[in-house]
Amino acid sequence: MTKWVRACARDDVEAEDLIRFDHEDRTFAIYQSPEGAFFCTDGYCSHEQVHLAGGLVMDHIVECPGHNGQFDYRTGEAVRSPACVRLNTYPVRIDGEDVLIAVDFERPG
Amino acid sequence: MDRRDYSLLGKDGQRAIETGLAGANWYATEIPRKVMKELMKRSDGPAIRDTLIWLAALFGFAAIAIALWPSWWSAPFWLAYGLLYGSSTDSRWHECGHGTAFKTRWMNDAVYQFACFMIMRNPVTWKNGHARHHTDTTIVGRDPQILSRRPPNLQKMLANLVGLVDVPLAFKSMIQLASGHLTDEERDYVPEAEWPAAIRVARIWLAIYVATVALAVLMGSILPLMVIGLPRMYGAWHMTITGILQHAALADNVIDHRLNSRTILMNPISRFIYWNMNYHIEHHMFTMVPYHKLPALHECIKHDLPAPNASTWQAIREAVPVLLRQLKDPEHFLVRGLPSTARPYLWSGREVAAEAAE
Repeated sequence: MTKWVRACARDDVEAEDLIRFDHEDRTFAIYQSPEGAFFCTDGYCSHEQVHLAGGLVMDHIVECPGHNGQFDYRTGEAVRSPACVRLNTYPVRIDGEDVLIAVDFERPG
Repeated sequence: MDRRDYSLLGKDGQRAIETGLAGANWYATEIPRKVMKELMKRSDGPAIRDTLIWLAALFGFAAIAIALWPSWWSAPFWLAYGLLYGSSTDSRWHECGHGTAFKTRWMNDAVYQFACFMIMRNPVTWKNGHARHHTDTTIVGRDPQILSRRPPNLQKMLANLVGLVDVPLAFKSMIQLASGHLTDEERDYVPEAEWPAAIRVARIWLAIYVATVALAVLMGSILPLMVIGLPRMYGAWHMTITGILQHAALADNVIDHRLNSRTILMNPISRFIYWNMNYHIEHHMFTMVPYHKLPALHECIKHDLPAPNASTWQAIREAVPVLLRQLKDPEHFLVRGLPSTARPYLWSGREVAAEAAE
């Protein structure tokens, strides 16, 4: 069963930017795209244990502040080395002014 | 204390993992997110301008030198060409490897591949080795790119002013990769998915060098090698000096770049050749900031940094006595004072005031 948790308010994340969200013993990155859509991925880069929250969002790409590996935060796909392994992504829902993420859900396929 | 073991699979590397030095959280000066976003912002303009100047100078000097060959009048043009070929490609390799020089990806990739060839660094293995250099900067047994080891190998440093050590090693690595083999250390830090690319590039490069040598034999002249290959040697001196000064004589096995890196206020020509990597503490602390924003970053965080060296010469004069002393006492290193506005240094997880360290 999908478990939704409130991650932040819509205003907490600027357009084309991201913030860190910690929940229990897990950490995530919450993004707002230039078009105003929200997305969520794992917080740590898949290359090394560097949090993406200090990184740079350019259009739909997030660049890791550690080694400049890049991901498409909409799909989690690694698009620039040294990042080679995709990030997990999580469903996001907007409820009024709140951004909710599904921290536990059944992944398709 | 035991002699330092710089091999990536040795006892010091293992110790770094066990003590938490490997992959540690490094000290970083606090910068408001809004300011940091502005500093990290990418653009093509500065790098396009600098690259056009760079390519024009590179090909221009080469054309004049070839035209004047074999007269001695060609010598200054070879030296200028060599400086661009054998030294400025270090910073182009570096900046484009980080992907920060240009906003447009293909521009970064094109300059990166071009610079990698000239500097003789495999674009795959060196990129991943450099990632480790940033994760574990001068952590003994973890960082594969430590130039100033302890005790220092002064003969090697001097020989590399003309690439006498690095170039043979580059060809050894190229031949090994071209034959389809990565070293155990390369296997340690290069993702397996990227091994085929490393091998493919090495084969292409080897073919180019074989063709260049064949052309030289055919012409009965070293001219082709003066254009391709040899400038990596006769033009390497600037890169060797600036590269060694990045971390030489400073601390190792710490997790604060203010302790193990050096910022130098270089002259404008060196800054152009070096693409502002003289702001080396700043670069290591915030790798996302493009080279053309490093002066602004320096202004933003200098209250938290040791004073920069006033010139390359002053940095040499600071480092050389320490390196000479390290020949007998490898534990000796330089700790520079911090301004009163700075946070204390972070040593291996415990903060010690700079004054106390001195």
